[in-house]
Amino acid sequence: MNMRAIWAIYRYEMARTLRTPTQSIISPVISTVLYFVVFGSAIGGRIESVEGVSYGAFIVPGLVMLSILTQSVSNASFGIYFPKFIGTVYELLSAPISFVEIVIGYVGAAATKALAIGVIILLTAGFFVDLQIAHPVWMVAFLVLTCISFALLGFIIGIVSGSFEQLQLVPLLVITPLVFLGGSFYSVSMLPEAWQAVTYFNPVLYLISGFRWSFYEVSDVSVMVSLIAILFFLAACLTVTWWIFKTGYKIKS
Amino acid sequence: MAPIVDIKSLTKSYAKGPPALNAVSLQIEKGEILALLGPNGAGKTTLISIICGIVTPSSGTVTVGGHDILTDYRAARSMIGLVPQEVMLEPFETVINTVTFTRGLFGKKPDPALIERILKSLSLWDKRNSKVMALSGGMKRRVLIAKALSHEPSVLFLDEPTAGVDVELRKDMWRVVDELRESGVTIILTTHYIEEAEAIADRIGVISGGQILLVEDKATLMSRLGAKEMEIELHDPIDALPESLAGYNLSRSDDGTTLSYVYDTQAGRTGITRLLQDLSAAGLVVRDVQTRQSSLEDIFVGLVKEKT
Repeated sequence: MNMRAIWAIYRYEMARTLRTPTQSIISPVISTVLYFVVFGSAIGGRIESVEGVSYGAFIVPGLVMLSILTQSVSNASFGIYFPKFIGTVYELLSAPISFVEIVIGYVGAAATKALAIGVIILLTAGFFVDLQIAHPVWMVAFLVLTCISFALLGFIIGIVSGSFEQLQLVPLLVITPLVFLGGSFYSVSMLPEAWQAVTYFNPVLYLISGFRWSFYEVSDVSVMVSLIAILFFLAACLTVTWWIFKTGYKIKS
Repeated sequence: MAPIVDIKSLTKSYAKGPPALNAVSLQIEKGEILALLGPNGAGKTTLISIICGIVTPSSGTVTVGGHDILTDYRAARSMIGLVPQEVMLEPFETVINTVTFTRGLFGKKPDPALIERILKSLSLWDKRNSKVMALSGGMKRRVLIAKALSHEPSVLFLDEPTAGVDVELRKDMWRVVDELRESGVTIILTTHYIEEAEAIADRIGVISGGQILLVEDKATLMSRLGAKEMEIELHDPIDALPESLAGYNLSRSDDGTTLSYVYDTQAGRTGITRLLQDLSAAGLVVRDVQTRQSSLEDIFVGLVKEKT
């Protein structure tokens, strides 16, 4: 394993984040604060509690998920798309590194950034609501697994995309709607029965449900189902990544 | 001694069009400078890209330092430095960071002293903390060279490194190439500038239509294919060649003041003495004589034309 190469990629990617703190860190924090103000205070003030949890506190796990899903996807997709776009991908292909090492470097950096933003948002939320974390180990596990899985998805999107527009397509048209409709701001039980059935097809529901359970022991589906769902998603992303590198799809001619 | 780069029957075909490389075989010896000459689309960049791992070959094998580029790619690639044809650099990164990054990618431990030496030799040290996007085109090319040297390669590929750069950088690069050759680095250079190949290469390869037309020691190539031309300036212009000189391969300039005589330096007799005597016998007064060796460019153009 070429550890130095992994470290070089990881550090290079992290340096990009630190060069652009407004875009990388401040912007997601501000949008989360806005969500708190709008949903938590303005609207949430009129909703007493959901399944025994104050509405402001109830939406925290969903908001964290919303941010880390979009952040891990956009960081990883941009991270690998940019070298492709400007041509510097030649360096990765001609270096004595395996595709696994390239993935670890890029996905690791993107997941770290998303994780950091998740933690910052949690800390920010602490200023607005009384946060309780019933199962901290589970909470960290869900956070880390989600960051890695969606960073892998972002990496795949970055490889497959042929333009900046395509790069934005999945985060804007798929991830954001799925997160909003996956119970970020409500419990599935609040929906009419027919819509509940539809919602169970949304994979993000399982992530948010499991993550929320680690805070308040309140969930839409069993925590084990949530864990299996995230592991399944991780396995699917790993398989696609493995196939991309095996065939050189959109990387090598 | 086994060649440091050994290319056997290398072919690259795409779904459409003729193959980019057609059964190319080429052996490159350790420590030599090989210049690959060829017109646009000849397959030069494809050949380099395959050896460096950027393009997958359709068939054939390549070993670098005895290591197969596919099955033992780590060992093979760690020996190779590549300066690509296009200027491809992360614009927002500083010079020193981007060069250090490349060394890391090749799995080498950080060596600030070496990076400093490389940047100084390429006159980049003063610009080390500048962002790449703030550099001129010539400076960006130097950064590409610095990146390729950052991991101390033993085989260096320079893919048209001086295309569109000023004379100063070209000379700087030739100096760097010279220093690298002295330290034992093998250099493979593709170029459009034939004088560049003529000036720095030990061997010349000519590639066209995805095939190697010839690989020859530069001096041998020049002498084997090199014809010489003698220009004879006459004191008084002539309207036509005298009958007595019809047996010579002579051509007259439009103004009638100069005669050109092409001869083979390898032939037993060049015919110069007899020609000069016959010129005198025909009553022509010679004012000046000069000879010119045909350049590599003439040879190259001739070869490619012959092929097509």
